[in-house]
Amino acid sequence: MTATSSNGLALMWEMIQIASSLRLPIVMPLVNRAISGPLNIHCDHSDAMAIRDSGWIMLFSENNQEAYDNLLMAHRIGEHEDVMLPVTVCQDGFITSHSIENIELLEDDVAKKFVGEYTPKHYLLNSKEPISVGPMDLQAYLFEHKYQEANAMRNAKNVILEVSKDFEKLTGRTYSLFEKYKLEDAEIAIVCMNSTAGTTKVVVDELRNKGIKAGLLKIRVYRPFPAEEIAKALSNVKAIAVLDRADSLNACGGALFTDVTSGMFVNNSYIPTVNYIYGIGGRDTTAKDIEGVYNDLIEIVKTGKVDNPYRYFGLKNRS
Amino acid sequence: MAYNLKEIVANKPPIFVSGHRMCAGCGAPVVARMIMRALREGDHAVVSNATGCMEVSTCIYPYNSWDCSYIHTAFECAAATCSGAEAAYKALKRKGKIQEDEHTKFITFGGDGGTYDIGLQSLSGAMERGHDMTYVCYDNGAYMNTGIQRSSATPKFADTTTSPAGEVIPGKMQVRKDLTQIMASHHLPYVAQTAAMANFKDLYEKSEKAIYTEGPTFLNVFSPCPRGWGYPTDELMKINKLAVDTCYWPLYEVVDGKYKITYKPAKKLPIEEFLRPQRRFKHMFKAGNEWMIEEFQKEVDKRWEELLRLEGLSE
Ligand SMILES: Cc1ncc(C[n+]2csc(CCOP(=O)(O)OP(=O)(O)O)c2C)c(N)n1
Ligand code: SF4
Ligand SMILES: [Mg+2]
Repeated sequence: MTATSSNGLALMWEMIQIASSLRLPIVMPLVNRAISGPLNIHCDHSDAMAIRDSGWIMLFSENNQEAYDNLLMAHRIGEHEDVMLPVTVCQDGFITSHSIENIELLEDDVAKKFVGEYTPKHYLLNSKEPISVGPMDLQAYLFEHKYQEANAMRNAKNVILEVSKDFEKLTGRTYSLFEKYKLEDAEIAIVCMNSTAGTTKVVVDELRNKGIKAGLLKIRVYRPFPAEEIAKALSNVKAIAVLDRADSLNACGGALFTDVTSGMFVNNSYIPTVNYIYGIGGRDTTAKDIEGVYNDLIEIVKTGKVDNPYRYFGLKNRS
Repeated sequence: MAYNLKEIVANKPPIFVSGHRMCAGCGAPVVARMIMRALREGDHAVVSNATGCMEVSTCIYPYNSWDCSYIHTAFECAAATCSGAEAAYKALKRKGKIQEDEHTKFITFGGDGGTYDIGLQSLSGAMERGHDMTYVCYDNGAYMNTGIQRSSATPKFADTTTSPAGEVIPGKMQVRKDLTQIMASHHLPYVAQTAAMANFKDLYEKSEKAIYTEGPTFLNVFSPCPRGWGYPTDELMKINKLAVDTCYWPLYEVVDGKYKITYKPAKKLPIEEFLRPQRRFKHMFKAGNEWMIEEFQKEVDKRWEELLRLEGLSE
């Protein structure tokens, strides 16, 4: 186990790739904070997004309870023989990492029993079976090795669901690939991750009281990305906003937006979808901001038009 | 230490075995083989290797020249990788998952680029944390694997692809870093500088000491490269000897802070002897460039005298 955040992670970008390619089931809490530059230190997801395609399983956590629970499950997921990949557990820097919340803890012996012992089949320190780790891997084999890694990531989805079921049996707390909050009959929906989901739930409740059918899809498992399941879960809404707490600076939307829309497209779901970049460098994200997003979605449903899919909220100066 | 070196070479399992793809006349495989021979029979080794010539030519999937456990992660962090493995070994022993009577030795090999330059903080950290490991720098004085770029180990005036000797500059503009001294300043129990000279006695004995001194130890090993230096491949041993006899590469050790020069040439040869056979110094012998040789000689003398002084202080 190790833990990191922001620039410390950025410095180790090279090792992030190497750890997953060596199939080391490391568990690493990642407290999401802005990547320089300029230097900032406060919450956004630019650190996590910079390693999103590095062969690490990525779990996101709305609050401290989820961060704790995800961490306990992470070991079992990463160390599963069909997976053997590192796992990072994300949570929002300062917003949840430095806040005090009451959470339910497992007794040490119960937690230890759930996590289990790691007994790798092959390992560097086994003098009875000397192995080579991290050889030069050229044209003849790297492709196949990368394919194995990609398959491991595909396998991870079921393993995550299995482990989550076991965890539910133990604690009564339910986890899946994502959380659907009042999404079943929703007409407008927000897709987001981490603590913003908590704010969004409050707004959804308020809107529901006013008779507005708002819903939320909160990503828990970002890698592997459950594209098909997300497309299905969103298939009955009329307009969607995907919130990205990191700007991909690519003139075509944030990373989560690209993942969600591509997942929908491939699964033949064509629903008006807009992207909002928000909360960069710890910019506060208020219930009012989220309400504004839902209002925009209501407008889109009304007019059937999306004039600009690449949007921002909470930005002061646009010049 | 009573031993017969010839017998060791003939009978001890080499651990670093043939079939690797390093160039003919390269110093590095000779160095690696001899160092690994210093491992006691029955002991196991975990070798960590930085990216560089040695790594890319000795462990190409699915082949491998290392008859021991081997790990390569990246260019800059061979020491950190080794230190992590050593820490895990200690933890597993503590938990009884590795038997008490099992002995694993942790040895790292890094090139000069991977040690003097990009890997310096990783090395310094691992040494300061006190891991029971030996770090070996095989110093060929440039980034050879990627096409002979200058490093902080490259001597002044050497012609490399990033310090090309010509009308604009006389080869590398700066003197080389003294890594062995930097490591001695870490106050390690054992630091040594050595070369594969004569019958390898110096190299073998220092390797034995480094590997079997408890705690973090460091070896800086002279490692000629015919491709980057431009000498005929059959002159490897001659180049080794000239480096030592000119005092360009003094053989010495620092044991618990005490300096000991392990070989003093009966007659210190002028530096030209070392420079002349190498293409990278060819321009220094052109008419009008005598000042380069003079300056080079001065630097060698200065460092040799300093070493003598340090040895004197240790007495
Ligand atoms: C971080 C990083 N930068 C650059 C490289 C490319 N690279 C691989 S080996 C090498 C040079 C190695 O030089 P040195 O450590 O002196 O070993 P040598 O090849 O000379 O034996 C370089 C630049 C790399 N692998 N990783
Ligand atoms: S390029 Fe130089 S250091 Fe590399 S294998 Fe060839 S001779 Fe050895
Ligand atoms: Mg080199």
